[in-house]
Amino acid sequence: MSDVKNIIKTFIIENYLFGDDEGLEESTSFLDEGIVDSTGILELIEFISEEFSITVEDEELIPENLDSINNVTAFIGRKTA
Amino acid sequence: MCGIAGILNIDNQLNSSEKIVSRMITMLHHRGPDESGLYIDNNICLGHARLSILGLETGTQPISNQSETLWIIYNGEVFNYIELKEELVQKGYSFKTDTDTEVVLALYEEYGVDCLEKLNGQFAIAIWDTRNKELFLARDRVGIRPLFYTHQNGKFSFASEIKSIFSDPEISRSIDPEALSQIFTFWTTITPKTSFKGILELPPGHFMTVSKKGVSDPKAYWTIPSVSPEERWQGTFDEAKDEIKELLTDAVRLRLRADVPVGAYLSGGLDSSILTGLIANKFNNHLRTFSLSFQECNFDESSYQNEMVHHLKTEHSEVRVSNQHVKDNFSQVIWQCEKPLLRTGPVPLFSLSKLVRESQFKVVLTGEGADEIFGGYNIFKEAKLRKFWARQPDSKWRPLLVERLYPYIFKNPSRARIFLQKFFSVNSEDLTDPYFSHQVRWRNSGKNKNFFSLELQSKLTKYDPYKSLAQRLPKSFSTQDFFSKAQFLEMDIFLSNYLLSSQGDRVGMGNSIELRVPFLDHRVIEFAAKLPAHWKIKGLNEKYILKEAFKGLVPESIRNRPKQPYRAPIKESFLTDDEDSFVQNLLSEDAIEKAGYFDAKKVSFLRKKFTKESKQAVNEVQNMALIGILSTQLLHQQFIEDFKPEEIKLAVPDKVIRRR
Repeated sequence: MSDVKNIIKTFIIENYLFGDDEGLEESTSFLDEGIVDSTGILELIEFISEEFSITVEDEELIPENLDSINNVTAFIGRKTA
Repeated sequence: MCGIAGILNIDNQLNSSEKIVSRMITMLHHRGPDESGLYIDNNICLGHARLSILGLETGTQPISNQSETLWIIYNGEVFNYIELKEELVQKGYSFKTDTDTEVVLALYEEYGVDCLEKLNGQFAIAIWDTRNKELFLARDRVGIRPLFYTHQNGKFSFASEIKSIFSDPEISRSIDPEALSQIFTFWTTITPKTSFKGILELPPGHFMTVSKKGVSDPKAYWTIPSVSPEERWQGTFDEAKDEIKELLTDAVRLRLRADVPVGAYLSGGLDSSILTGLIANKFNNHLRTFSLSFQECNFDESSYQNEMVHHLKTEHSEVRVSNQHVKDNFSQVIWQCEKPLLRTGPVPLFSLSKLVRESQFKVVLTGEGADEIFGGYNIFKEAKLRKFWARQPDSKWRPLLVERLYPYIFKNPSRARIFLQKFFSVNSEDLTDPYFSHQVRWRNSGKNKNFFSLELQSKLTKYDPYKSLAQRLPKSFSTQDFFSKAQFLEMDIFLSNYLLSSQGDRVGMGNSIELRVPFLDHRVIEFAAKLPAHWKIKGLNEKYILKEAFKGLVPESIRNRPKQPYRAPIKESFLTDDEDSFVQNLLSEDAIEKAGYFDAKKVSFLRKKFTKESKQAVNEVQNMALIGILSTQLLHQQFIEDFKPEEIKLAVPDKVIRRR
């Protein structure tokens, strides 16, 4: 697993699942499973912005970029490429 | 207002009951600090702690009928007692006291159970019939006054508060896992369950009997109105406005009856402004008012309160609630509420009743209930909007209406609009859900059950809190429109078990203050139920008919202001890394594991979010998790671990009646 993916996964597990990673796949939709809500999305954006020194534009705030561990990892990959 | 308690043993002689009931009364001292009394015979011991409000000199309880065959202990007020007394005098009854208590007893003697329908008030009643050895218990329609009971080891015990029942060492004490499951879903227990195993509440609007025949199932004498099409209001909007004005004015008039001065709470919102306006204009132009203001400006409404104070020229006092204050009083409030909480709203109200007490007042009027019966809550509007949206799920602009409803959530809508909308989104399946209006709230709260320990979860594998709720629903529920369903759920669950209890009776009586709620006069409730939903919420304008009815009484700025939900701080008050904090101790891994309800590892992750250093945002669900866990830990400490029945002092009663 890539480092980026690991960092995202750890963040999701510690902050939204309080250590319980049961049922969390890399492709699990945060929204459909109720893992991350709207406050949480803002928090996630803040976290990846700081951690990976990227700026997330308003038009990038779409599920394709943010709605699973895989999507976030790929999004960061594109932003830092 | 008062506290009542008793122990009944039909088949065997009661032995140490006098001592136990004396302790039970001690535990209710805050409810009735003025006097206390006992009645003892071979089967029963009744105890009473009195807060004197009517018939100050003569009203010491227990009180009997003329022939001393019936004995009553009573907590509450029947506001129409003067009219009822006249009716009884004409039937030949005579009275020894100037109290409503004696009137209630005479009514029971005359009409039996049917007397309950005549009472307009807030009460918990216990009447002992010495002839057939039958105990009769009853509670007011919407549950303004509490009454709990348990039947263990052949003994039937009841009291105004659970701590009083627990002062009998033979009563077992444990937190009920099913109650935790309910609270962590619906924000409170579902009647008749309480936080404690084996302790039940007599449901609002119900009565029951205990005799040689056993403990009867509680029966309803009143239920939340469900109005059939034929029963709907036939008059015009203007006629309905006039009727509301008349009914509410009369409800206020009756609730000003007392032999002590009566004050009023002022929240700055519409409902309490209407009440204080009515009192000041029609009944008392030297009104005394009380309010809360907050250090955190997000919660503060003092500008509106001050406007009302100037408008009515009342003599006013306020408590300023700091973040520290919420934390410092939390423990005491859990002791009063006797149940886990998910929010901190009860804490400031406890401090407010303290201010009232310090101002030498015993009775205040409050605006509770208007939001339930006239459709004031956002949850009603939210359901309306989501239903509207669901008819065209792909609409681009329909979801934007939700943003208008929650401006404080959608502060920066462009940032996370898609995600927020997803949160409130609906599909056609949702629309057939009987709990449509509340499902977003309950699903969210329910997430926090993830914090339950494996041990607790294993006790709940077969338990579904929604089934307990379904058992409460009347047959007519499924045929109601979505607004009436939402109203029913709000009244049946949240009103009696949270607003009137944790934010009402318990924090009021914690400082010996009686709260009176004119909007919950049953005549007002029954009338409002007949009105069409769009008169209550017009478009997105909540409590529309109420605003129209009291145009001119309340300043326009208050009549037209956006409704602000009453809330109190959580994260601002409960940082987990404060030195020497009870929060830190109760949430420590050791304490969590020892109590056994929650998963220590998960709690430690949650704790990290509530530290000064933590930059992470905390959302509402996590706020509720922290308060829910902390209050359960406190409840365990106060009522299970540290509770010592043997150490409770015996009350010294002012009146003792022995018939053994």
